[in-house]
Amino acid sequence: MKRSLTRAFLFLLRRDLMLAYRRRAEAVNPLLFFVIVVTLFPLGVGANPNLLQTMAPGVIWVAALLAALLSLDSIFRSDFEDGSLEQFLLSAHPVSVLVLSKVSAHWLVTGAPLLLMAPILGVSLGLGGNVIWMLFLTLLIGTPVLSLVGAIGVGLTVGLRRGGMILALLVLPLYVPVLIFGSNAVEMAATGLPATAQLSILGALLALAAALAPLPTAAALRLSLS
Amino acid sequence: MWQFFHRLSSPPYFYGFAGRLVPWLAVPAALLALAGLYGGLVLAPPDYQQGESYRIIFIHVPSAWMSLFIYMVMATAGAISLIWHIKLWEAVAVSSAPIGAAFTFLALVTGSLWGKPMWGTWWVWDARLTSELILLFLYLGVIALYGAVEDKRTAARAVAILALVGVVNIPIIHYSVEWWNTLHQGPTVTKFDAPSIHVSMLIPLLLMALACKLYYVVVLLVRVRHVLVDREQSSRWVAELVK
Repeated sequence: MKRSLTRAFLFLLRRDLMLAYRRRAEAVNPLLFFVIVVTLFPLGVGANPNLLQTMAPGVIWVAALLAALLSLDSIFRSDFEDGSLEQFLLSAHPVSVLVLSKVSAHWLVTGAPLLLMAPILGVSLGLGGNVIWMLFLTLLIGTPVLSLVGAIGVGLTVGLRRGGMILALLVLPLYVPVLIFGSNAVEMAATGLPATAQLSILGALLALAAALAPLPTAAALRLSLS
Repeated sequence: MWQFFHRLSSPPYFYGFAGRLVPWLAVPAALLALAGLYGGLVLAPPDYQQGESYRIIFIHVPSAWMSLFIYMVMATAGAISLIWHIKLWEAVAVSSAPIGAAFTFLALVTGSLWGKPMWGTWWVWDARLTSELILLFLYLGVIALYGAVEDKRTAARAVAILALVGVVNIPIIHYSVEWWNTLHQGPTVTKFDAPSIHVSMLIPLLLMALACKLYYVVVLLVRVRHVLVDREQSSRWVAELVK
């Protein structure tokens, strides 16, 4: 039984990754959005290198958060529309595990590319080597939390015709802790202080979200499909 | 005792019961508010540091207390409705959200009005203010979600799930915001190190807090009655009621 659950998890993961691969163009959009939002900041606040350097952690984190938010809807949207979501709910496996699989696939497709782009953006805003490493690390731990928590909001709004704005309203307040600890850790690193506390808390948030978030997501999906 | 609670969960019985209860709570609420305001605005002496401006606490503090209290009620009602599928508690959760949002808004506005003469600015990115603001966003999310879902039964259950998610997050948000504030900026706001409040101020404050609680119960009962009638439009007891 346990083995078949693992298999279901991996099967769903592979299926979602395959689907994403077949629609490569779509997967690039959040990444482009991320880059463009970060580019807007120097244009908006001026090109003063000192100012940009101080703002960089916050700017990159907020941009990553918005990119994650924008890509959230695609976690369940296409499965909801073609009816495969109903099949998942009817399957013998616990829905929360299937949710975890779908969220993992979604993060690999939309979250992981942000990690690779963030260091380049960090350099463009004048961050130094170890700070960029910290930025990468916080995004690595933090963005999965965004996907996990966001999935709850998507589960609640997937049945709505225009759920986009409401999704933002539901999910953004819940993103506050991740934003605070993520950008704060980078700022600490920029001033040369250790940021282990922030990283530990981010890790705790990830553990908490991975353990708990799939449950309300599953409940919300059941509700949206009833 | 249990039988009474079981009967209370039935919408027609609750409708009648709540209708009879409302005046018995509304009058004490009004009296307590009058007494509290009189005690706070007239009897209590001006503060030696803040002068007359401190008097806004008689609205501000009860509202801030209520803002958290109502969220807890909403989440508890949501949990009950999800576990036992009781319509009444769905109505309680849904009806609490706008009242809670109103109290949160009131707490923010009165705080801001007090901040202008005291801190010299309408808004400070202080930890408490910020977490109160995020609480308001959480309430608004609940209200927006309830408004967006067409089927109100489903909407109520969605609200219950969201409220439960929110209640897990509120402590996390609160402590992270506190952390954020203490690390980002030094104490620009000189913290009034809570001097043990004088009895002449404490009594009106407690009266006002009690008045706010009763007011919440009254408004909640009225709103729940409306929700129940709206939900049960096609049932017999509503038809008899309208007749």
